[in-house]
Order: sequence, then C-alpha cells, then structure tokens
Amino acid sequence: MIEVKNLVKRYGNQNALNDISFTVKDGEVLGFLGPNGAGKSTTMNIITGYISSTSGTVTIDGCEILEDPNGAKSKIGYLPEIPPLYIDMSVIDYLGFMFDLKKVKLPKKEHIEQICELVKITDVSHRIIKNLSKGYRQRVGFAQALLGNPSVLILDEPTVGLDPKQIIEIRNLIRSLGKKHTIILSSHLLTEVQATCDRVLVINQGKIVADDLTNNLAVSLSGKRQFRLTVEGNETGIYTSLRNIYGVSDVLKKGLVEKGCYQFIVETLPDIDVRRNIFKAIVDANYIILGFETVGSSLEDVFLRLTEGDSDNREAKTPKKQKGGKK
Amino acid sequence: MIAILKREIGSYFTSAIGYVVLSIFYFFSGLFFYNYCLRYQTSELTYVFYNLFLIILFLIPILTMKLFSEDKKHKSDQTYLTAPINISSIVFGKFLSAVVVFAIGIAIFILFAVVISFFTTPAWSVIFCNILGILLLGAALISIGMFISSLTESQAIAAMLGMFVGLVIYMLNSIASLVNISWISNIIYGLSFMSHYYNFTYGIISLSDIVFFLTISGIFIYLTARVLEKRRWG
Repeated sequence: MIEVKNLVKRYGNQNALNDISFTVKDGEVLGFLGPNGAGKSTTMNIITGYISSTSGTVTIDGCEILEDPNGAKSKIGYLPEIPPLYIDMSVIDYLGFMFDLKKVKLPKKEHIEQICELVKITDVSHRIIKNLSKGYRQRVGFAQALLGNPSVLILDEPTVGLDPKQIIEIRNLIRSLGKKHTIILSSHLLTEVQATCDRVLVINQGKIVADDLTNNLAVSLSGKRQFRLTVEGNETGIYTSLRNIYGVSDVLKKGLVEKGCYQFIVETLPDIDVRRNIFKAIVDANYIILGFETVGSSLEDVFLRLTEGDSDNREAKTPKKQKGGKK
Repeated sequence: MIAILKREIGSYFTSAIGYVVLSIFYFFSGLFFYNYCLRYQTSELTYVFYNLFLIILFLIPILTMKLFSEDKKHKSDQTYLTAPINISSIVFGKFLSAVVVFAIGIAIFILFAVVISFFTTPAWSVIFCNILGILLLGAALISIGMFISSLTESQAIAAMLGMFVGLVIYMLNSIASLVNISWISNIIYGLSFMSHYYNFTYGIISLSDIVFFLTISGIFIYLTARVLEKRRWG
C-alpha cells in the first residue's frame, strides 16, 4: 500500500532523514515512535507531498508522489500535528471547502454529516472554529482527513493536547478506522502506540532503529524487569540481602527517601519472577518493605536500549539523549 | 481552484479586510467623483480615474497581504499543498479572489455612470475603457502583492513591502528622468505603470498597454507558484 524507499531529507548540512525505507501493508496500522525532532513529522510531510525529499521515493498504492502527486494525494487523508484549520470559518463551511478541495466524488451533504457523526462534532458543526476547544479542533482536523474515505490515513500525534477522556475516544476511533484504512500514526508515547498499532517503527535522529510488531517489541522491552523498592532499615544490610537473592542481576542504591528508609532499583533476569523471593528475603532479614512497584519501560529506556545498548548506568545517559533528540 | 476562490472571497468578508478596503475605495472614488464631476458639472470621469491611481497603490497591498503569509504562519497551507490539486490553480484561485473583491470596488463606477446619465448621456466607451484600465492595473498590482505575500509569514511586512513597491512604481517616471543614459531611462519609462494606465483614462485602448499589464500579472503569478514550489524543496 505504502512503499517508502531510501528517503533522505537534508536541510543545509543537517540530515533530517537518513535513508529511511519501509513498507506498510493494506489495512495495517503502523506507529512511528520517536522523540521530538526524530524525523517523524518530516517523514509524514514527505509521504503526503507537503515537502519534497532530497532523494528517495514514496509510492502510495502504485502512485509515486513526485511523478503522480495528485493521484497519490487523493488516496491520503492527512492530519498534521497542528490541524490545518481556517479558524475564521464554521466547521461545516470548512469541511465543505475541504470536500471541494479534495475533489471528493460523493454526495456532499450526506458525506459530511456522516463524518461529523463519526468524530462526534455534529453538535458544533455550525460554530466558528476559532471558538472551539483544542479537543474539538483536533476532531475537526480528523474529520477533514477522513473526507472522501481515503485508503491511507496519516496522523501526526493525533492525541497531543487532549484530555484523558478525549484521548481514549480518539484511540478507539483510530482502532475502528484501522479496519478499513491503512494508517500511519506518530507518537512519542509508547503506551499510545501499544494501544493502537499493529507494528512499530522506532525512529531516532532520522534513522529507523527498530521495526517490529508491537507485541514483539513489548516483549523485547520487558525482557529485563525492574522493581522499585522502598525499605526501612540499614542501607548496606538491605543491599547485601537483595544482592544475594537468586534471579536478581543488579541492585542500584537510590539513597534515603524518608527517615530510615532507602530506595533501591532491583533488576532481575528475564523469565524469572523473583517478587516472592525479594519479599521473603527482606522479611527474613527483619527489614520492612514500605513500597514495592514495577518500573515500566519508558520511551527513554526504549531508546537507550535500541540506540546505545543495555547499560547499568542509565541515569547518566538520559540528559545526553534529550539533548540529541531536540532539533 | 473554485474551492480556493470561494473560500478566499468568503474570508475577505468574514474578516474586516474586504469591508475596510471597499469602504476606503468607495470613499475616495466618491470624493473624487463629487470633486471632479458633480462640482464642475461635467461627465468627464478621466480625472477621477487619474487620481485613483495612488489610492489603489496603497489599497491593493492591504488586499493581498494575507493571501499566502497567513497560511504559511498558521500552517493552513497544508490544506491545499496536500490536496490533489496543482499549485498553479491554488495561486490562480487566490489571485482571482483578490481581483473579484477589487472588481466589486470598481463596480461603483457603473453607479456613477448612472448618476451622470440623469444629466447627460455618459461617454460609455470612455467609461468602459477606464474600467478596463483600472481592472488591468489592479490585476497587475494584485499579482505583485500576492508574490510579496508568498515571501513572508508576516502580513504587516507583506503590506509594507507592497506599499513600498507601489511607491517605487508611482515614482518610476521621475526616476527615469533622473537617469542620464537614454536607453536605461527608456526602459524605465516603458515599465512605468502610470504611463500605461493613463492611456486608458484618456479613453485610448492600445493593445500594448493591455499586453503590458497582462504580462506583469502573468510573470508574478508564475513567480508566486515558483516560490510555493521551492518552499517544498527547502
């Protein structure tokens, strides 16, 4: 459905995209995951024909974006990061304008009504976009992308700036649309991609660093489990007891958190559940567990693992990552 | 193209710009009409059109300032640049929208002609010639203003640059007279909007004047399309 080959985008001397290639199958929901400035939006802008690549090709359902731009563009519905709205128009006028602009060949009034219902903006359809909240504007942007039932939907961070209820609604909408459309969605939230996508493409500094099914990626990420423990007692003593537990691969001291209580990050080997052993060992040594929680894989971890390999000293590398990630 | 044309015309009248430009235009054309025609009891509209030249130079940048700059700033250019339409029809649609608003302004002269017809038979051919002239002049200035608007994200800069270019155009004749080298001053005279326009106000339709204004419009429409195209490659 979508074929991207050796995409390069250069701004002056800076490489925004460095030889990106991937294909998306019919009906697949693909997630772009990456920090800000990784090249997600640039890739999407090139696929939709908003900007041109320095080299490389993009083919949408057999139409090359440079050779047959109108053919390719007519197959795509695009929701950019900032919805491209004319805020001085009413919702219904704006959608009518976009309908004409996209040269959609469907009964106009019915089609727009149908889409308004789908994204739940029927009750605000006669209001001026300027006066709508961020959530509603995002939905109007969504409606605009859906006009003409394009076979491909490109959604750039579709849930940014929405409240939790709206996020769930939009995710449900994406999932339901995924049955009929081929979707590329970008996000910097791992949970979002996990919730909506079949396959994940991790992009960092203009390169693809991982391309896998969401489930596989989730497994590989959770290969090493981490727990955060807060224990009352003697720090060295607790540390020694934790280290002696079978299955624990590493323990990091996080220092004093409240009077007489210390925090530790415990890393365990994959495939072994050591929670019971930890609990028993601490109790046997006469210390008291005040907190015991699983540390989830954050995007930071994903990137450190994918781009810099596993390392014990994670905290030290985090600031460097953030600096490199911002364009 | 029709979709863009409709939207742009609509936006002139949902914002105040369309009304403000038209009001100012009506004010000055009414003032000149009163001053040069009604007061002297003549049906001669030449002076009215003659004097409107400067007014138009200032009004058109206001009309064109937001054509592309606003879209660039708010990223609403993504609507049409990712839609299955050609860049030329985007540019032409925007260009025509400003021309239509300008034409609505010029339509006031039909009213003036009707007023004249109460007293005497208006010289319809001269009036028609004047209207054609001012429309062509407007179209050429609109294309220049649109081109300037495509270069910047700021409406204010687009308007100011447009007025500056307008003033330079206004002074082309005097600039030409300052140049001693005859062939250069001839070229500048040849480019003078004023001389080409004033022929129309006298009721003279010459093909070269029509071609001049149409060429200027064509060149700047083309350049605007190139700017949009180039931005994609930037």
